[in-house]
Amino acid sequence: MRIVPFFLSFLLTVGLIFVLNTQWGAVPPVGKFLSPQHGCWQNAESVDKDFSATLSFPDLKEKARVCFDEHLIPHIFASNEEDACYIQGYLHAKFRLWQMEFQTHAAAGRLSEILGAGPGNGYLKYDREMRRLGMVYGAEKTLLEIEKDSTTKKDCDAYTAGVNAWISNLKESDLPIEYKLLNYRPEPWSNLKIALFMKNMAYDLAGSDEDFELTNAKALFSKEDFAKLYPTRQDSADPVFPRSMAYLSPGLPVKAPATADSLYFNNTDSVTVREVKPEKNNGSNNWAVSGKKTQSGRPILCNDPHLGTNLPSIWYEMQIRTPEFNTYGVSFPGAPYIVIGFNDSCAWGITNAGRDVRDYYSIHFKDTTRREYRFKGDWKAADQRIETIKIRGEADFIDIVSYTVFGPVMYDRTFTGLSTTPTEQAYAVHWSANDPSNELAVFSHLRSAKNYDDYKHAIRYLSTPGQNIVFAAKSGDIAIWQQGQFPAKWKEQGAFVMPGTDSSYMWQGNIPADENPYMLNPDRNFVSSANQLASDTSYPYFLGSSYPIYRGKIINRKLEKYNSITVKDMINMQTDNYDLFAEMARPILLKYIDVSQLSPDEQKYLGMIRAWRLRNDPEERGPTIFKLWWSKLEKGIFDDEFSVTTLPMMRPYESTLVEALLKDSAYKFVDNIHTPGKETLAQVVTEAFKNAVPEIAQAEKEDRLEWAKYKDTWARHLLRLPAFSRMHLPIGGGTHSINAAKQFHGPSWRMIVHLTNKTEAYGVFPGGESGNPGSPYYDTFIDHWVEGKYYPLWVMEQDELKDKRVKWTMIFNK
Amino acid sequence: MKFIVSILLIALLSFLSGLYLPWWGIALAAALISVLIQQRPGMAFLSGFLALLLLWGAMAWGIDGANNSILSKKIALILPLGGNSLLLILVTALVGALVGGSAALTGSYLKKLL
Repeated sequence: MRIVPFFLSFLLTVGLIFVLNTQWGAVPPVGKFLSPQHGCWQNAESVDKDFSATLSFPDLKEKARVCFDEHLIPHIFASNEEDACYIQGYLHAKFRLWQMEFQTHAAAGRLSEILGAGPGNGYLKYDREMRRLGMVYGAEKTLLEIEKDSTTKKDCDAYTAGVNAWISNLKESDLPIEYKLLNYRPEPWSNLKIALFMKNMAYDLAGSDEDFELTNAKALFSKEDFAKLYPTRQDSADPVFPRSMAYLSPGLPVKAPATADSLYFNNTDSVTVREVKPEKNNGSNNWAVSGKKTQSGRPILCNDPHLGTNLPSIWYEMQIRTPEFNTYGVSFPGAPYIVIGFNDSCAWGITNAGRDVRDYYSIHFKDTTRREYRFKGDWKAADQRIETIKIRGEADFIDIVSYTVFGPVMYDRTFTGLSTTPTEQAYAVHWSANDPSNELAVFSHLRSAKNYDDYKHAIRYLSTPGQNIVFAAKSGDIAIWQQGQFPAKWKEQGAFVMPGTDSSYMWQGNIPADENPYMLNPDRNFVSSANQLASDTSYPYFLGSSYPIYRGKIINRKLEKYNSITVKDMINMQTDNYDLFAEMARPILLKYIDVSQLSPDEQKYLGMIRAWRLRNDPEERGPTIFKLWWSKLEKGIFDDEFSVTTLPMMRPYESTLVEALLKDSAYKFVDNIHTPGKETLAQVVTEAFKNAVPEIAQAEKEDRLEWAKYKDTWARHLLRLPAFSRMHLPIGGGTHSINAAKQFHGPSWRMIVHLTNKTEAYGVFPGGESGNPGSPYYDTFIDHWVEGKYYPLWVMEQDELKDKRVKWTMIFNK
Repeated sequence: MKFIVSILLIALLSFLSGLYLPWWGIALAAALISVLIQQRPGMAFLSGFLALLLLWGAMAWGIDGANNSILSKKIALILPLGGNSLLLILVTALVGALVGGSAALTGSYLKKLL
């Protein structure tokens, strides 16, 4: 009988261990997670941690050294570029491994593998979108190009080896905390993952389109109404390349097909599928001022890319020095090189060009097997690619994607994106990111660029995403190119879904790179871009029409005015909160509000927005009131016309409404089509204000009326965990300010480079060098960023290895 | 005396197991010591319980101090502990203690069988 107590206690012990070693729902295995020697406690980094080390890697060609300053920013001293890439890979992995893998899993449509299918199968749908867009397919093709280029192949091989050197030495207890929370392990890194990372950036920056929404608008509205809702030109636009510029005659003249009117413009088929969309605010500011406008006589270059304000930060700041080049700037954990930064001769920065490089073609399959489709009067065989999506805790999902001459059939009866409406329609996507390219070569060349010609040659490697790349050299040159592989389109080509029954609507070729717009040392002595339209109608190719206006306008307005410019002026400008959209729109609101209809409380709020000086400063209440009022006005004007359908639709841009109302207060859509009477602008403006007041009052009650509190900017962890995020950041700015800080999105890096003999540079980003939420270096720079402060960038010299600013040193032996 | 020695040895062996084995090595350590040092089952359980309570508690507390509680505050928000670092340390200690106590109990019954 003595066996019974033993047996019972044995079962208890084993049972307890089993329960504590198993993941229950979202709760990680508690025993493993809380063990001080294995679990989360191992990620609680000592604030006195010593990062110095002597390491040995036989893969290295020669000895190298990394000096860390007090912010944990690494300065790599290597004797050749491959070792530099190896060490860059090692450091990226050491400090940011989880983020690198998570982002490349997202790009590869492998989120379900880690997170499960998700609420409403949300992660599974996302994964299917990524697969069907051809993200992996495109990455595979890019990988071939990367490996054809001997430099990028060498560098990527070294980078991957460096990452794997870290991964292969990882003990369970050293895993980043997110792996422990989600209970999985990292897999080895590869060059394909680098390519996937580049595709992820391409998706974020050049994956946007509104083809379905505009196709539906074309079906719903008359031609005249459509033109009023979605004008092709915004009067107030201030293009990147000034209207006075002359352009070469197009080397690739394009012509719309003969059937365009009947099959395309006058076609009224609608679309029920719904895309997963990349963040449409992904954009940026950049500018460079010539020495002729600066106090020092030397150029100053500025760039602040606008991306998700994520933690771990999308950027990793570093210096890389070899005998061939010395670069400082920000890199992407997941890829080698410095992406935005400077070397000893020049500086560069990027903003998104925003051109439409993603189009859809209507496909007719022969039957439900989707093996053949109608093309040029015959049934053509489609290549079918099998995508296996692993789902945590469930069986694999098998998706079969048909590939046509246009590209993958992204949506069809088996996949309708976020829509739940069944359909027999099918749409193939043509996305320039699926064409072969090697964007990494841009950065492998820029790092040793010495002058304008080197820069021009380097940027030619950029295909997708197309960018406005600004350049400034110590020699005094400033320049900007809108560079990318852009299709040569006829007017409105690709704005809507196109017929896919023959080749007549395909892209007729790419605009020769020499015909991309550019400026070198222009008369106005500055170059700039803020994602606005590249050029006016004098440019001989179709540019599309969905571009933001106001940041570009205010930047140019300032730069035109300024002289004797200093770094301080540039800091003030980059962090400026002035709202040019509000400058244009508020007069309409104030002119047409019928004060006699307002209660004393409502008048109080009206007084606040009247007194507002149009700056989106953190403690102002005007921006909140303005935003709520304008959004109610937009709803009041457009809800009636748009609510007649549940199809995917796009509301008109803010700039469309403000320009239309400034031109004509009897703008057609002011009238509510569901009411017998004809509303006036005064009625609609007043009603919008009265509708906004309850929300304004509620915000005031909750102490959220001040702009920074209302906007509630976060540096948000990739898993969206509040505990790992920095919330409620007291920073102003907004969509239309140069300081484009929104809730989860904004200036992810701010950089100012003064091209003096010894480069004087400043930078800051909303995060820290370490991706470990348990590290004091996780969010080092956030407070400075919030306050509009910058750090001087220390470009370490060879003779500063023992400088007291070096806190830790890693020696890499071979 | 046996009690104190038992506690110390379980703690030491558990710590060593943590260097080479996964987290449940503490169960092996507690069971082994309980087989070697005979105590009544109740005392054996208490030895294992207190040994791990102290070991895991002290380690977590030490790590937390060196980290200025940066991570514990965050983990104590992700787990439903109201952001309280001390509570997280306590829960950590309790988890280890339960496993240690149960394993020690098992060990003492095993000893009785042999």
